[in-house]
Amino acid sequence: MFKYYGKWAPYLFLLPAGLVLLVFFFIPFFQTVYLSFFDYSSSIYHPAAVGLANYVKLFHSPVFYKVLWNTFLYLFIAVPILAIFPLFIAILINQKIRGVTLYKILIYLPVIVSIVVAAIAFKWLYADQGILNYIVALFGMKPVGWLTDPDWALYSVIIVTIWKGIGYYMIIYLAALMSVPKELYEACDIDGANFLTKHLTVTIPHIMPTIALVTTISAISAMKVFAEIYVMTKGGPLNSSKTIVYYIYERAFENLDLGYASAMAVVLLAIVMAFSLINIFCFERNKYQL
Amino acid sequence: MKRFLEKFSTHFILIMVSLLSIFPFIWLISTSLKGNSENIFAYPPAIIPKDFTWANYTGVWHRVDFIGYFVNSMIVAGGTVLLNLILSAMAGYPLARMEFKGKKIAFFSILATIMIPFQAIMLPVYLVTLKLHLVDSVSNTAGFIGLIMPFAVSAFGIFLMRQAFLGIPKEMEEAAIIDGCSVWQLFWKVLIPMVKPSLAVLAIFTFIGSWGEFLWPSIVLTKESMYTLPVGVNNLQGMFSSNWRFIAAGSILSTIPILIFFLAMQRYFISGENEGAVKG
Repeated sequence: MFKYYGKWAPYLFLLPAGLVLLVFFFIPFFQTVYLSFFDYSSSIYHPAAVGLANYVKLFHSPVFYKVLWNTFLYLFIAVPILAIFPLFIAILINQKIRGVTLYKILIYLPVIVSIVVAAIAFKWLYADQGILNYIVALFGMKPVGWLTDPDWALYSVIIVTIWKGIGYYMIIYLAALMSVPKELYEACDIDGANFLTKHLTVTIPHIMPTIALVTTISAISAMKVFAEIYVMTKGGPLNSSKTIVYYIYERAFENLDLGYASAMAVVLLAIVMAFSLINIFCFERNKYQL
Repeated sequence: MKRFLEKFSTHFILIMVSLLSIFPFIWLISTSLKGNSENIFAYPPAIIPKDFTWANYTGVWHRVDFIGYFVNSMIVAGGTVLLNLILSAMAGYPLARMEFKGKKIAFFSILATIMIPFQAIMLPVYLVTLKLHLVDSVSNTAGFIGLIMPFAVSAFGIFLMRQAFLGIPKEMEEAAIIDGCSVWQLFWKVLIPMVKPSLAVLAIFTFIGSWGEFLWPSIVLTKESMYTLPVGVNNLQGMFSSNWRFIAAGSILSTIPILIFFLAMQRYFISGENEGAVKG
């Protein structure tokens, strides 16, 4: 094909997006790393260059380990459930049955509702004399301090994240299920295979790439949770539901400890970048090929 | 008989999951419709209000500027969508169709931003926004620009549009150029109309994301008159400390616009045809 555009045309087309990415992504990215070498805790106006001191402080802080542990607990609990349960629902919906659209709409509803409203709705369910504790009482157990008991708070928040994610991943799985050849299911039916064998031998192997994709996407978003915690617990009680993004927010915007917060942000960056690299190079390669 | 049992259990499970999905909202609606004479902590809990009233809605409506929050949310989401469409399409086009020096660098730099979560760089983003005076303490317009700019374009959008342009036959461009179009005209008048389906997908998903955004506005906003809906709704908790009837009514009110949007656009969300619209 003949070259119909001027020498500068491609750069001019890229310029507006490039400027925004430069100012709001790349500069902040390098500044995060840069800020992490300064100490702002004594004076916000005259930060002192302290080298790796913030990192040393970070790795000697029990709160940081607590927060990191909470974040990984979040991951270990939310990710497997979000990778498996929506697949199960998608398989059920992907049949010739009535009411498919209605089921999809209802199950997708939590995805589009603002996370703030969702968190408020759950806070109400979790109230000390709330409806969940009524159900608990029906089973003859003592009321649970869903958001006030340090042993429970994190799990109560994780439940909200899972509840809000199911519909999203279900739709991703439904799209993947469409690509499984129908003949394979027909063959299964002729052989008299039951539900479990059918899906273990045909469905799962076929959509393995999608399962892997959902795993990494949900892992990345589990690393980034903030609103649920902000609205429901503020990280408490006793840091029991504090995750890394909330802790960065608190340190940066409430304690104005910019250097320390940035060191933590660098740790978050490292973890998320590792997940993203796996995602890009293993599962979405075709999408990002030059 | 076996088929019947299978169908029955399928429906049973799907109904249970659907109920679990909407129950938190049902309970919130129920609470919002209960009058002052009804104990909202009563055991056993009553789903159907005994002392039915709209008073909580009118009460919260008079005390909270929902229209203002709604307008603010519309401005921010609308501006974010518009900029995303223009910037993503413009950047996606040369990456799909042109050969130039530095293409690889541009491509991989944009790809790299996928790996940078906003949450990790939010502090410097805030500092940059302050430096550019894009905060509501300067002026409302500056405040809106500050809310929009960090999300004005995303790698997700650029790659989505790049894919769309890759799918257009090259003959289209050749024909337009032979007819005397400039690149600029070719882009806006010939190519953009051809990628409308992808633009629609990008618009809808950007809108939902921007509409629900909570972290960034709660960092930058200082004036209540600038609150977007999620920030305003979170603020209800402080305003009506333990008046759960009002908090519930306000939360439900704030959800109505996005609910209408979702039901009108539901095929985009649930058809599963927009696999490319998976956001990381």
